[in-house]
Amino acid sequence: MTDTTIIRTEDLTKAYGTKTAVNHLGLEIRRGEIFGLLGPNGAGKTTTILMLLGLTEPTQGRALIDGYDCTRQSMQVKRITGYMPDNVGFYSDMTGRENLRFTARLNGIPEKEIDPLIDRLIEKVGMTYAANQKTGTYSKGMRQRLGIADVLIKDPAVIIMDEPTAGLDPEGMREFLRLIKQLSVEDGKTILISSHQLYQIQQICDRVGIFVDGSLIACGGISELESQIAAQGHYTLEISAEPCDDRFLEFLKELDGITGISGEDSTFVISSSKDLRIDITRFLGTHEYKLLHMHQKGGDLDEIYRVYFEEAEKEGDENHDKSGSRKHRFSHRRA
Amino acid sequence: MTKAAAGSTVSATEEHKRRSIRYHSLRALYRKEMADHVNSKRFIIILILVIAMTIASVYGAVTGIKSAIMNAAVDKNASFDASYMFLKLYTTGGSSIPSYMSLIALIGPFIGLILGFDSINAEKNNGTLNRLVSQPIYRDAIIIGKFLASSTLIVVMVLSTGIAVGCAGFLTSGIRPSGEEAVRVLIYLLYTIVYICFWLTMAMLFSVFTRHAATSALASIALWLFFAIFMSLLAGIISNAVYPVNTEYEQAVNALNNYNLNLNLNRVSPYYLYSEASSVLMDPATRAINAVSYTQLIGALSSYLPLGQSLLLVWPHLVGLLALSFAAFTISYIGFMRQEVRGN
Repeated sequence: MTDTTIIRTEDLTKAYGTKTAVNHLGLEIRRGEIFGLLGPNGAGKTTTILMLLGLTEPTQGRALIDGYDCTRQSMQVKRITGYMPDNVGFYSDMTGRENLRFTARLNGIPEKEIDPLIDRLIEKVGMTYAANQKTGTYSKGMRQRLGIADVLIKDPAVIIMDEPTAGLDPEGMREFLRLIKQLSVEDGKTILISSHQLYQIQQICDRVGIFVDGSLIACGGISELESQIAAQGHYTLEISAEPCDDRFLEFLKELDGITGISGEDSTFVISSSKDLRIDITRFLGTHEYKLLHMHQKGGDLDEIYRVYFEEAEKEGDENHDKSGSRKHRFSHRRA
Repeated sequence: MTKAAAGSTVSATEEHKRRSIRYHSLRALYRKEMADHVNSKRFIIILILVIAMTIASVYGAVTGIKSAIMNAAVDKNASFDASYMFLKLYTTGGSSIPSYMSLIALIGPFIGLILGFDSINAEKNNGTLNRLVSQPIYRDAIIIGKFLASSTLIVVMVLSTGIAVGCAGFLTSGIRPSGEEAVRVLIYLLYTIVYICFWLTMAMLFSVFTRHAATSALASIALWLFFAIFMSLLAGIISNAVYPVNTEYEQAVNALNNYNLNLNLNRVSPYYLYSEASSVLMDPATRAINAVSYTQLIGALSSYLPLGQSLLLVWPHLVGLLALSFAAFTISYIGFMRQEVRGN
């Protein structure tokens, strides 16, 4: 085992009856990085996290955190791993400080050290002003920040967050992401975030894994995934021109390398296997069209996600033609 | 790797560490649960119930005993048995006020249910349980801590009301307990504690296996009603079906079997077990709890049973109640340990 890898799963599988929630997952997360586990709801992200924490037993394979087996040595794993569940809950009749004190006691921190520690942590997450309020009065964003303080009490090496950004307002989101980044950069924590919200994760993650139907279909840095997409020849171009007539559409359809056209109002979305911008602008120029809007998409995580997601769908269709509802959602793009 | 190897070979220090984790996490959970109970609104409800019950039963007992003595003084036919007067403080009711014994048989289970019905599922619904299980504690500490905290409250409540009734009765009427009476009362209170703890474990069992606190509250109340009311009806129906006693002939043949079956079916119910045991303990005149034939009664002295003999009659009841509680707790323990705790 190399020292740079802190979380490792080997052939990790979890089946509920006949349904496989996590399918032979092999994942390696390096010390000190922020890793984003991305996928639609029900992809198996939470199940993976539960197995990492030893809260559910894998059907097959194993997971290791810092060399400890997550199932057999869950006590050691839980000592170095902080977990923030989605919808993090606190005892609403207790104040924020009392909630943290309870966690500190569960972790066996000596009574004398508890209060200074809590002071420092609530300061860090910016909750000093509300520390003595009952958590029942907290907003979602406040609970989330208290959740981070709660996780930090045991001074974990690894922090696992399940859908931490769900339901936060934009301002709360910004602050939250800043805090996570700070934890990674200043304190050197390894952070695993599961999410289905792509834009936010893109801002802070060093690497991401895309998780669909229990399988990791892509894994790497944002730029790595980007170049993978480019190598596979996926381009998406948004274009709108005036007049928007059939002649223009005919021209687009006959272009080389087109894989799909869809239209919305007067804007076409063109998928292609190569860059078509020069061809199209030449055509528009020579036939006296007025170019209103042109935008080459790609590179952002949404695009990456869409491409990989579609690929998984296609494979899924070929293997067992059952994911009909999702196929439908994307069918207009393939047209 | 070295770390993995160190984990698998349990050294003495590791064992010590493990024990200390168990101790401090259980202590933290116990403290939190106690604080939760004591600060909650439902605790105020329990407190009001218990105080009202104690005052009412003391008042009822004192007036009841007084009127019985007055009757005996005026009316030559009415006799008044002056032995075991102290126990009568617990067993005598006044005009339309039930005795302490019947009041606590009624309200006790509710206290157990109130303390336990949302112990696990409320934590699940608040999302605090998955935060709890991700801490470095053994999972059983959670359910054991909850049970210990609630049962502590039950012990405190039963002992304090029981002793308060005795003290108040002593102060108002001057009835002093003999040594045997005091021991009988303490043993009776012990039975009461076990009985209420049984309902606590039942409520916890439902709270492990149902999703909503309301469901588990209703389920445990339904179970209580079943045992308190319907079980005896059911026992009657079944025993009459198995050993009919409609004709004189059937009566002659089946009466004893009918009675025994009825009794044994009733004894499945913890409610019946508890009331039978408490009546034996608190009334030394009770000499038998099963059917007794005339031949068995020949030569029997009509005296009171000594404490040891009373205990001999009811120790199976204590074992039964404890066994039921253990069964309920074991099922909820195993269920809780095997459950997958997910976010909601």
